[in-house]
Amino acid sequence: MKQNLYTIAENNCIAKDTYRMVLKGDTSANTRPGQFVNIEIPGLYLRRPISVCDCCSEGYTLIYKVVGKGSEALSKMEPGARLDLLTGLGNGFDVSKAGKKPVLVGGGLGSAPMYAVAKAIRAADPDAEITVILGFNAAEEIVLVKEFEELGVKLEIATLDGSAGTKGFVTDIMKRLDYSNFFTCGPGPMARAVEATAKTSGQYSLEERMGCGFGACMGCSIQTRSGNKRVCKDGPVFEREEIIWQTPK
Amino acid sequence: MADTKVTLCGIEMDNPLIPASGTFGYGREFSEIYDINCLGTFSFKGTTLEPRFGNPTPRIADAPSGMLNAVGLQNPGVMAVKQRELPEMKKFFHKPVMANVSGFSIDEYVETVRLLENEDQIGWVEVNISCPNVHGGGMAFGTDPKAAEAVCSAVRKVTKKPLIMKLSPNVTDICEIARACEGGGADGLSLINTLMGMRIDLKSKKPVIANKTGGFSGPAIFPVALRMVYHVYEAVKLPIIGMGGVSTAEDVIEMMLAGATAVGVGAANLIDPFVCKKIVEALPSVMEKYRINSLSEIIGGAH
Repeated sequence: MKQNLYTIAENNCIAKDTYRMVLKGDTSANTRPGQFVNIEIPGLYLRRPISVCDCCSEGYTLIYKVVGKGSEALSKMEPGARLDLLTGLGNGFDVSKAGKKPVLVGGGLGSAPMYAVAKAIRAADPDAEITVILGFNAAEEIVLVKEFEELGVKLEIATLDGSAGTKGFVTDIMKRLDYSNFFTCGPGPMARAVEATAKTSGQYSLEERMGCGFGACMGCSIQTRSGNKRVCKDGPVFEREEIIWQTPK
Repeated sequence: MADTKVTLCGIEMDNPLIPASGTFGYGREFSEIYDINCLGTFSFKGTTLEPRFGNPTPRIADAPSGMLNAVGLQNPGVMAVKQRELPEMKKFFHKPVMANVSGFSIDEYVETVRLLENEDQIGWVEVNISCPNVHGGGMAFGTDPKAAEAVCSAVRKVTKKPLIMKLSPNVTDICEIARACEGGGADGLSLINTLMGMRIDLKSKKPVIANKTGGFSGPAIFPVALRMVYHVYEAVKLPIIGMGGVSTAEDVIEMMLAGATAVGVGAANLIDPFVCKKIVEALPSVMEKYRINSLSEIIGGAH
């Protein structure tokens, strides 16, 4: 974990209620896809965690959706403004387990960390046959199509209303595929559907409301088959075998 | 040369800074990012006799200039603390640590403290009778003077270490509880724990936190905490660890002027993991600015 100041280079609306923020600054703490940053937002007390979509030596690319006060305030910030970030948070995905034909499943903004995963798998294995399935409510929410295609992955889109790609759920596509391993990030109902569909080992990035984001406050604890875990520090990525699926609240 | 040393219940500390229990774990996460030996000490995660998972999630909510938590005393239990956390802590923290203990019955408090008595790493025992997030224990002992005194005098019998009672602000008169603890044989007092509060989500129209209510902490509660430290300082002769919203070196000095011998930092650790190190480093220059030579000389200076 590191704490640094970052300069906003770009903060644009790229889809319905969805923004891409490019931040310039130190990225040395980010070591794996699926890690996140925790952003101090002027006027709010708790930091807001956002998963890393892309990362290079110059800075971070984050994709976020306006869902509450924090993300709304973030969406109004102008290029040139500075933000205080904690970086290199969370364990991230272990892409060494991808195998030759991994499938990556992203639901909504869960698509953002899947881009980081696809990029890491591609870097490690130029020949991997990567399939990416992204699920959205409607066409107006779709993001990252061009970016994924540039990585040379097979991209499948599912929308609930059928306004783009396959009408239905990501799992409607996933269940007819053969794959070596899966990586997924998305809302709870999607993760449960993936769990019901999946035929191999895999990794889930889980969500839980966080306090600190670095393992101190125990705000985001879950019970797993290997004991109590903090989603922010021991996760957010957990092996399929570790997770105890709770009945939805 | 600014003298930041203070003596808390007979143990000298390099400075009055004490990360508060529940915001600093058992120190490990912070020792990975800075040398925590720069602190006066720290109060480790509230420990109970048995392991506890704590409350369901969500456990956290944002608030103006603060936050709410209802973690519910998640901890690995006293035996795991003895066998795993304390030996691990020895590798990165070389000062006496403060053991924070919680319970759901007087017997449980007593047994937990007894099990920690022979641990030489532990300098002070801080007994939490003020957790607002558990049912049938915690704050129930800290909101009734008789119950507070009963816990205090029972624990007193099993420890020779300095005994510090951590008080709840969720009472009509905190001075009354403070006097009860003094009568029960306490060596010091910590105040304040969090204020009970809640948030409701406008979309779901239900409480944000699964436990419905949570403990409110952060800069918003600093004036409340300061007032209570000020009044308790006049009510009892015991040294006070003042806490509640402390986030800067200036806050530390203000808290000491109100009557605190040492100063806890809680929620601020969760927002800025380096905050305690920054405060320790800032103290000498802030002392110089306000022409303070020795911190121990300003304790209660506002009275």
